Amino acid sequence: MQNVYLWIVLAPLCGAVITGLFGPKIGRSRSHLVAISGVAISFLLSLVVVYQHILNGAAPYDSTVYTWMTIEGICLKIGFLVDNLTAVMICTVTFISLMVHIYTVGYMQDDDGYQRFFSYISLFTFAMLMLVMANNFLQLFFGWEGVGLVSYLLIGFWYKRESAIYASFKAFLVNRVGDFGFLLGIAAVLMACNSIDYAEVFIAAPMIARSTIQIIPGVDWSLMTLICILLFIGAMGKSAQVPLHVWLPDSMEGPTPISALIHAATMVTAGIFMVARMSPLFELSETALSFILVIGSVTALFMGFLGIIQNDIKRVIAYSTLSQLGYMTAALGVSAYPAAIFHLMTHAFFKALLFLGAGSVIIAMHHEQDIRKMGGIWKQMPITWFTFLIGTLSLVGVPGFSGFYSKDSILEAVYASHISSASFAYFSMILGVFVTSFYSFRLYFTVFHGETHIQEHLHETPLVVTIPLILLSIPSVVIGAITIEPLLFDTGFGSSVFVAPDHNVLGHLELVFHNSISFGLHGLIGLPFFLVLAGFGAAFYLYLIKQELPELIKQRFYKIYNVMDHKYFFDEIYQLFFVHCGQKLGTVLWKFGDAGLIDGLLVNGSAQLVVWFASMVRRLQSGYLYTYAFAMIIGLLIFLTWFITTH
Amino acid sequence: MIALTDYLMLGVILFCIGMAGIFLNRKNVITMLMSIELILLSVNFNFIAFSRFLNDSVGQVFVFFILTVAAAESAIGLAILVVLFRQRRTINVTDFNTLKG
Repeated sequence: MQNVYLWIVLAPLCGAVITGLFGPKIGRSRSHLVAISGVAISFLLSLVVVYQHILNGAAPYDSTVYTWMTIEGICLKIGFLVDNLTAVMICTVTFISLMVHIYTVGYMQDDDGYQRFFSYISLFTFAMLMLVMANNFLQLFFGWEGVGLVSYLLIGFWYKRESAIYASFKAFLVNRVGDFGFLLGIAAVLMACNSIDYAEVFIAAPMIARSTIQIIPGVDWSLMTLICILLFIGAMGKSAQVPLHVWLPDSMEGPTPISALIHAATMVTAGIFMVARMSPLFELSETALSFILVIGSVTALFMGFLGIIQNDIKRVIAYSTLSQLGYMTAALGVSAYPAAIFHLMTHAFFKALLFLGAGSVIIAMHHEQDIRKMGGIWKQMPITWFTFLIGTLSLVGVPGFSGFYSKDSILEAVYASHISSASFAYFSMILGVFVTSFYSFRLYFTVFHGETHIQEHLHETPLVVTIPLILLSIPSVVIGAITIEPLLFDTGFGSSVFVAPDHNVLGHLELVFHNSISFGLHGLIGLPFFLVLAGFGAAFYLYLIKQELPELIKQRFYKIYNVMDHKYFFDEIYQLFFVHCGQKLGTVLWKFGDAGLIDGLLVNGSAQLVVWFASMVRRLQSGYLYTYAFAMIIGLLIFLTWFITTH
Repeated sequence: MIALTDYLMLGVILFCIGMAGIFLNRKNVITMLMSIELILLSVNFNFIAFSRFLNDSVGQVFVFFILTVAAAESAIGLAILVVLFRQRRTINVTDFNTLKG
C-alpha cells in the first residue's frame, strides 16, 4: 500500500514540475494533459484507499517513508498516516481538484499564464495531500505552508492588477498571524512531549492535560488548553474564522477555479481537518472547545449577514463559505468531529459547484461579476442554471440534498451539547440557516431570474466547463444521503477521531437516527427547513416581486447597512491599528534605527572617528626636519629618565 | 689638575650647543649638519675623558671609529645637500616640508 500512498502524493507533484518547468516547451494542450492525468491518477488511487479503508475496514496505516534528520533525539520524518479520516479527505481533495483542472481548460483558455496556472494548482494538490496524509506535525506544517504559498501565488495570479497584489499580500500576512500561533502550538507540543509524531503525542496527551505552565509568573495555565488554543489560532488563520477572516473575501481577486478549489473546497478546510485530526488533544481541554464553539458560531452568523449586501457574485459565495466554515468550526467545538468532516466534504462539493457555476456565468458575461448587471439568464444557460440551483438547494439545506444532512447533523449536535455557550451557538446557527437561505436565493434570483439587464444573447459555456458542473452536482445531491450512515454512525471515523464519553453528542443523534430517508423526511417538519422556506420566501418577495423594496430598506436602516457595507469595520480597524502602527514603527526604525543608529552612528560614525583622529595626528607631522629631531631627543630623554629612575 | 667633571661639563655644553643649533636654526641646512657634528664631538669628549680616567684605551679606539664614520656621514650629508640645492634652489630649512601630513 505504501506505493499507492506515495503515488497519490507524487503524481500531482510530477504534473506540477513538468508543467511548471517545461510548460512553454511542451505547449498548452500537452501541459494540461500532464497536469490533469497527474491528478486523475491521484484520484483513482484515492478511490482505492477509500475502498480499502472505509468499505473493507483496513487497519490504519501509520509508517515513516523517509527520515529527514535527527536532532538531539527528535526525529524529523516524512511519513503517512492513512485512516478513514484521511481517506475521506484525499478523495474529496483529489476529486474537486480533478474537476477544477478540467474546468480550467475552459476558463483559462485565453490566458497567457495557462501553464503556470496548471503548475500552481497541481502543486497545490500535492501540498494539500501532504497536509492531510501527514503522520507528524512537521509534515503537517510543510503542507500547511505549502498550500498557503500556492494560495498566495494564485490570488496574485494576475500580477498586473494592483488589487490582486494587494489581496495576495493581505492573505499572506493574515495567514502569517495564524501560522505564528500554529508554530507556537507545535513548539509547545514538542516541549511537552519531546516528539512531533501524532501517535506519540496522542499517547502522551492525558499526561499533558494534568500539567500546567506559567507564562506570566504566578498565573498557572493548563498546558493542554494553551496548546489547543495556539493550534486553533493556526486553524483560524487558514480556515478564515473571525477575526482572522479578512483575507478570504479579498482572495476572490484570483481566478474563479482557484476560488472553488482553494478558497472554498479544500485549503480553507485544512484548519477544520487539523482540529479533527488533533481531537485527542482538543477533547482534553473544555476551555479550548468552548472557545472554538464561540468563534465558529460568531463566524457562521455574522459572516452570513455580510453575504446579503454584497453585489459581486464571487464575494457573496465567499461570505457564504466563511459562514459554512463557521458551522464546521462550531461542530468541532461541540466535539462532533465526524459531523464537521462530513459537512466539510458535502460543502466541498456544493461550494465548488457554486463557484464553478459562478465562473461559468462570469465567462458568459465576459468577466463581469456584478450581479446587478445580470438577471434572467436561466434560459440562455440551462446547464449552468440547473447545476447552480442544485448547489443553492444543497447549500441552504433542503432535505434530501447533501448540505441538509451535514448541516442538520451539526445543528442537532450543537443542540445536544452541554458545553458552555452551546445555547448561544445553537441560536446563532439556527438564525444562520435563515440568513444562508436568504442570501443564497437572493443571489440565485438576481443572477438567473427577474428582468434581464443584458442586451446581447448569452451562450452556454463549452463542455469542459459544463461537464465538471454536472459531475459536481451529482455528489451535491446524493453524497449526503449515501454517506451519512457510514461516516457518522456506523463505524464512523473509527480510531481516527477521539471523543470523550461525556462529549459524545453524535451518540444522542444516533439514538433517533434510523436511516437517511427517515432523517430527510423528519427534516421536512424541522425548524431549520421552515427557516429555509422563510429565507426563500423573503428573497422571492424582495428580489422578484417588490424589487424596489430592498433599496427602501437600505435607506431606512442606513446605519446598519453602513456597518455591514464596511464588513463591521474589521479592515478599517486592522488598517488603523496594525498597518498604520506597523508603518509608524517601520518609519521610526528606519529613520532612527537604520538611518540614525546603524548608518549614522556605527558606519559613518566610525569612519568619521578615524578621520577626526587622523586630522589630530597629522598635525604632529610638520614635515620639518627639526621637529623630528626634537621628537627623537624628547623620546631619548624620556627613555633615559625612565631607565635611570627605575634602576 | 683638570677633573673628570670638567671634561664632562664641556661635553654637556657642546651637546647643548648642538641641540640648540638644531632647534633654533630655521635657516640653513649646513648649520644643522654642523650641529650634529658638535653633538658627536661631545660624545667623543665623554669617551676620551672616561678612557683617560679609567685607564682604558678602548674608548679612544671608539673615538677614532666615530670620527671616521662622522666624516663619511658629513660627506654624504653635504652631497645630499648639493643635490637638494640643485633640485630646490634653496637650502632654507623651512622650505623642506614635503613630509608634512
